Amino acid sequence: MGKNESKGWSPYLAGALTGVVIIVSAWSAGNYFGASTCFVRVAGFIEELFSPGRVAGMEYFRWFGPKVDWQVMFVSGILIGSFLSSRTDGSFTIKAVPDMWASRFGPSPLKRGAFAFIGGIILMFGARLAGGCPSGYGLGAMVQMAVSGLIVIGCFFTGGIIFAHIIYRGDARR
Amino acid sequence: MNTLINGLITGVLFGFLMQKGRVVRYDRQIGALRLMDMTIVKYFFSAIMTGMIGIAVLHNLGIAKPLILPTNIGANIIGGLTFGLGWSIIGYCPGTSLGALGEGRTDAFWGILGMLTGAALFAEVYPAISRTVLTWGREGSITLPHILGLNDWIVIVLFVAMGLGLFVFLEKKGL
Repeated sequence: MGKNESKGWSPYLAGALTGVVIIVSAWSAGNYFGASTCFVRVAGFIEELFSPGRVAGMEYFRWFGPKVDWQVMFVSGILIGSFLSSRTDGSFTIKAVPDMWASRFGPSPLKRGAFAFIGGIILMFGARLAGGCPSGYGLGAMVQMAVSGLIVIGCFFTGGIIFAHIIYRGDARR
Repeated sequence: MNTLINGLITGVLFGFLMQKGRVVRYDRQIGALRLMDMTIVKYFFSAIMTGMIGIAVLHNLGIAKPLILPTNIGANIIGGLTFGLGWSIIGYCPGTSLGALGEGRTDAFWGILGMLTGAALFAEVYPAISRTVLTWGREGSITLPHILGLNDWIVIVLFVAMGLGLFVFLEKKGL
């Protein structure tokens, strides 16, 4: 983060406006937020490039096959929206190692990249086992008062808090 | 085609707002998990509380159909905790990883590759998991008003009141 970077908007305001987007999305397209299913679709698409036919025979890809749907476009849009926002308010910064990570594990981009990769594998495996990610269970299921949303979001934070404390144990407060 | 354009526009707005709230970066996500900086929690619950009210109106008027993710207690808990472990390492979730890349955080790229790998891995083992973990505690598409036997709006008022209480607490603690 740059020293003179603007602080952005209040998280309450940005959150409430996101709530409005959630409502409009359900109204206009009948779709609820979610992000992890499209990782399955894109993974299936990539696998198909290497071994055509194999994907068609796999049970999970029969549920979530490689295709471009609302959610694939939605998640692609997140990248564009964040780019537009950060480019126009000066907060866009090319950065390979987050500050807090560097203070604990050092400035090596290779090390950070490797752990981001491993963390990504574990996280997505868990998300698909649980049936979704914070977008799907928080912004998609909890807004509909689904019991599943409450259980899963509770477990995301419980697991995250426990393991983050283990990983950063003994580290002085920032 | 319209559906795809709708998805793209919705995603652009979501990414824009998350970036404005400064919630897509590692320091904020891990900051919350270390209980040092609750920005993402404020953002997340503001979105849920607002969305919950509007969605209930849409459902009651029959304008939008509910789409309730089923409760599978075993998979929800084991998957949720596994996600937590991965989250504490990568510091992004699936949606925010794209947002982080959008604001120039290149480590998110490796995280996204990992997530695609994790999705492929899950697809490999799905047949075994669907016969075991996914059969533990299948409760179907249940909602809080349903299991509590309360009216939708009573649950919403309670949820919003608890959310506002949480916000007051966080502000008092300076988190």
